[in-house]
Amino acid sequence: MIPVPQTLRRYPWGLIATLLFIAGFGMLVLYSAAGGSFTPWALTHGMRFAIFLTMALIIGFFIPLELMARLSFLAYAGIAVLLFGVELAGAVRGGSQRWLDIGFMNLQPSELMKVAIVLALARFYSMLPPAETPRVRALGPALVLIGIPAALVMLQPDLGTALSIIASGVVVMFLAGLPLWWFIGAGVAGIAALPVLFSFLHDYQQKRVLIFLNPEEDPLGAGYHITQSKIAIGSGGLDGKGFLNGSQSHLDYLPEGHTDFIFATMAEEWGLIGGLVLGFAYFLLLRWTTRVALDASTRFGQLTAAGLTMTIFFYIAINLMMVMGLAPVVGIPLPLFSHGGSSMLTIMLCVGIILAVQRDKSGTRRPFG
Amino acid sequence: MFGKFWKSPPVTEAWRGFTFTRRTMLVGGVQMAIGGALAARMAYISIIDNERYVLESESNRLNLTLIPPRRGWIVDKRGKALANNRVSLRIDLIPDRVQNKAKIVADLQQLLGLDADTVQRVRRDLDKAAGFQPVPVAENLDEARFASILVRITDLPGVAPARGFARNYPAGAAVGHLLGYVGAPTAEEYQKARDPLYVTPGFKTGKDGLERYFEPYLRGKPGAKRVEVTAGGKVVRELDTQPDTQGETLHLAIDGDLQDYAARRMGRESGAAVVIDCLTGDIIAFVSMPCFDPNSFSDGIGQKEWAWLNGDTDRKPLLNKATRGLYPPGSTLKPTAALAILEAGVDPAERITCPGGYRLGNRFFRCLGRHGPVDMPTAIERSCNTYFYAMAHRLGYDRIAPVARTLGLGEDFRISGANQRFGTIPDSAWKQRKYDQAWSASDSLNAVIGQGYVIVNPLQLAVSTARIASGKALYPSLIARKPELVKTLPYSAEHLAIVRSGMDRVVNGNGTAVRSRLDLDGIKLAGKTGTAQVRGLASGSRGQSGAYRFRDHGLFVCYAPTDNPRYAAAVIIEHGMGGSRAAAPVAKDIFTYLYDRDKAMATLTTLEEGWGGDIPTRMARDFAGFQGLSIDTSEVEVP
Repeated sequence: MIPVPQTLRRYPWGLIATLLFIAGFGMLVLYSAAGGSFTPWALTHGMRFAIFLTMALIIGFFIPLELMARLSFLAYAGIAVLLFGVELAGAVRGGSQRWLDIGFMNLQPSELMKVAIVLALARFYSMLPPAETPRVRALGPALVLIGIPAALVMLQPDLGTALSIIASGVVVMFLAGLPLWWFIGAGVAGIAALPVLFSFLHDYQQKRVLIFLNPEEDPLGAGYHITQSKIAIGSGGLDGKGFLNGSQSHLDYLPEGHTDFIFATMAEEWGLIGGLVLGFAYFLLLRWTTRVALDASTRFGQLTAAGLTMTIFFYIAINLMMVMGLAPVVGIPLPLFSHGGSSMLTIMLCVGIILAVQRDKSGTRRPFG
Repeated sequence: MFGKFWKSPPVTEAWRGFTFTRRTMLVGGVQMAIGGALAARMAYISIIDNERYVLESESNRLNLTLIPPRRGWIVDKRGKALANNRVSLRIDLIPDRVQNKAKIVADLQQLLGLDADTVQRVRRDLDKAAGFQPVPVAENLDEARFASILVRITDLPGVAPARGFARNYPAGAAVGHLLGYVGAPTAEEYQKARDPLYVTPGFKTGKDGLERYFEPYLRGKPGAKRVEVTAGGKVVRELDTQPDTQGETLHLAIDGDLQDYAARRMGRESGAAVVIDCLTGDIIAFVSMPCFDPNSFSDGIGQKEWAWLNGDTDRKPLLNKATRGLYPPGSTLKPTAALAILEAGVDPAERITCPGGYRLGNRFFRCLGRHGPVDMPTAIERSCNTYFYAMAHRLGYDRIAPVARTLGLGEDFRISGANQRFGTIPDSAWKQRKYDQAWSASDSLNAVIGQGYVIVNPLQLAVSTARIASGKALYPSLIARKPELVKTLPYSAEHLAIVRSGMDRVVNGNGTAVRSRLDLDGIKLAGKTGTAQVRGLASGSRGQSGAYRFRDHGLFVCYAPTDNPRYAAAVIIEHGMGGSRAAAPVAKDIFTYLYDRDKAMATLTTLEEGWGGDIPTRMARDFAGFQGLSIDTSEVEVP
């Protein structure tokens, strides 16, 4: 980690440098993916990053955590309504609709829900008296809070985002201290129910999962993404083919080379070294968020920071697993790296809120923190 | 139970904080483990599997296009090209790059003036084809048409103009049956060979004749062009080109000029002419007419042209008559019979009286005239059947057949590329085997004058004549070979001289072909005419008139010069009604050409005027007539 001197603690320079590095590296890769051009991706990527970084700093420095805690249920409810809205709009227009056009970008309410679910659950568990923790009262409302948005997002259908909402929610529940055997039991039941859950998936989602399990079976069809992505990463070798020299991305063999598969675009030109450097930057980011969670002075802060850490981690892990052929193609971008406004907004919201947690000194520090 | 275990300590604020820290560390640890696993996975893909993925990335990026090899030339004994390659402008379609199939086919149809057949084929191929395998649309375009595509190329995605090579036969129909032709490989051939070259547009394989027989020799090795392509198939740049290796040159024994002359001299007749070098046995002319134009086949023959060629059942342009045409040799077999009679010990001076035929039991075998008393040379000179009837009756055909076979009749020669039908020289054992009947004296009488069961091909007649003329066991060859010592025939030189003197007198004495004497100083032709009946004698007609297909065949075997034979030939004019009338004049002009080209060409020019032009002109007119069209000669007007 870039050391943050105690005197400058008020200004999170290390964090800003890490974020700048990731987004700047992303711009370079997007510049290359466009065939050596700032348009159409690199420039908007940089501009959005500037806007969202400002937003994150404003949130972190000017909005008290207490206010966020109080508004968390309201925000959750509002975003749930927006989710209904896109669902309805999709039904009216025919076909699936995931976003609302808000001018400079298309907003996906499901992205915001990833943040809202963590805040709402953190709020719920911070309000819950400690003695209630192992009781059913601690479980029921949380399941409802997770279930509604997860179901709505699944209907869109967006398996990746639904899983992200569930994962973040479950991690908050876990960290809130719910009995361990509940999670073990649910995990075993979940594995047992996998075939049933699988049957609930759409045909194309089922196909993606099957192709993930055996990509060579359909190298030109849906397995094409995974195969081409692995070729891009594998052919990059240790130090890559060089900036602007990636044939897989420049000759269009790699699909979605500027969004979901941007890591493959990067790895082809920068090689394993580029991948490890980027991974280290993410490690620094997550180490910071985890430390904030451990150091948080309130229970809401603890759970929020830890839950949002999981949200960010889920993006990174699933995206990297997907591009390396370890997970089905679910359409999750790489945070701050992929070209796309919604995911960047979500990540920078997370960063802003965690920054607010870090600055919040309202609670009493506990000996175990 | 676990529940009890967890319930036992009271849940307090402090416990919750402690649990949070512990569980957060656990979650963080799991996240780091996943991160480490991802790093390891990436290292595995990019380092351990690097080589494999580099290869796959290169095979994505690079597209290898085969360049069909130029075929080896086929040249005559002087090195003159009988088959070479010419530049061919062609248009192909790359299925992957075509955006709108229907539109592109319609555009090409309009620009190139494609006929309905071609359009249908292109549509079918395009539907079946996948990827970068080009679909041929048109070849042998003229520069103007080709240019009309080039200027519109940006509006025609998927259209690939190319400059390739096409097989070219300068002599056209004259060499059709000799060389065969080439054509695009069939689907079956591709299935068998599994070679991508077979589906490369412009690649042709030998389909018939020497082109097929020497395919591995003539083919050469394909070149290749490497281009960088996008996933959408757009060529980004050409990287490098490896040129093709042309096939080997095939040297023939054929004399290309003589071949051409002989083919033209056949005129409007249907028949064959084979000329053999009496020193080596080399076949220097190998003609079967009428013939297809092998250039048409190489370009992919049209349905109409095929129907036209295939529909001529009288003259059979698709049949190689020189080796696959079987004919009763008629009287051309008499020199052979004479040699056998001499070898059987008969005195050549012995006279047989010819009263116009020969009585065998209650049957009378007719002669063409009343020749009176004739000895052997006279019998050959005058083509007296009676003499040979009497001798065959006396000796039996079983003593004549072995000589005929030794001279090459009925033999299946190992001639490259020529798929032969080798006919029959019958004897009693053959008849017993084939018909389970005893040989009769009348069989001998029919066989000795080259009728009945006797059936041979023109090549055999030419070889047997060359063997009589040279006294050597010459073996025919279309391919140039190193001179080798030729064994002499196991017959006495004296006997051969007697036979040759008879053949000399046929042309230069008082024989049946005196009108075909060579008009050259010091060079004389010797030969033997033959007239082969198409219908049996019993039908009553002598085959000298009536429907074309019932008329007699005219045959003539010959050699020259008489004193020191250098060339021998057999000429067959189908339904020519007589050897002296139809075949001998052709042979005379061919031999004149061998010694005096100008004189022979003058004769041919006069003849061709009468026939309505040279071979291509006549073929074009006949084909146009077949199509129900007429050539408008006043079409072009020079301003």
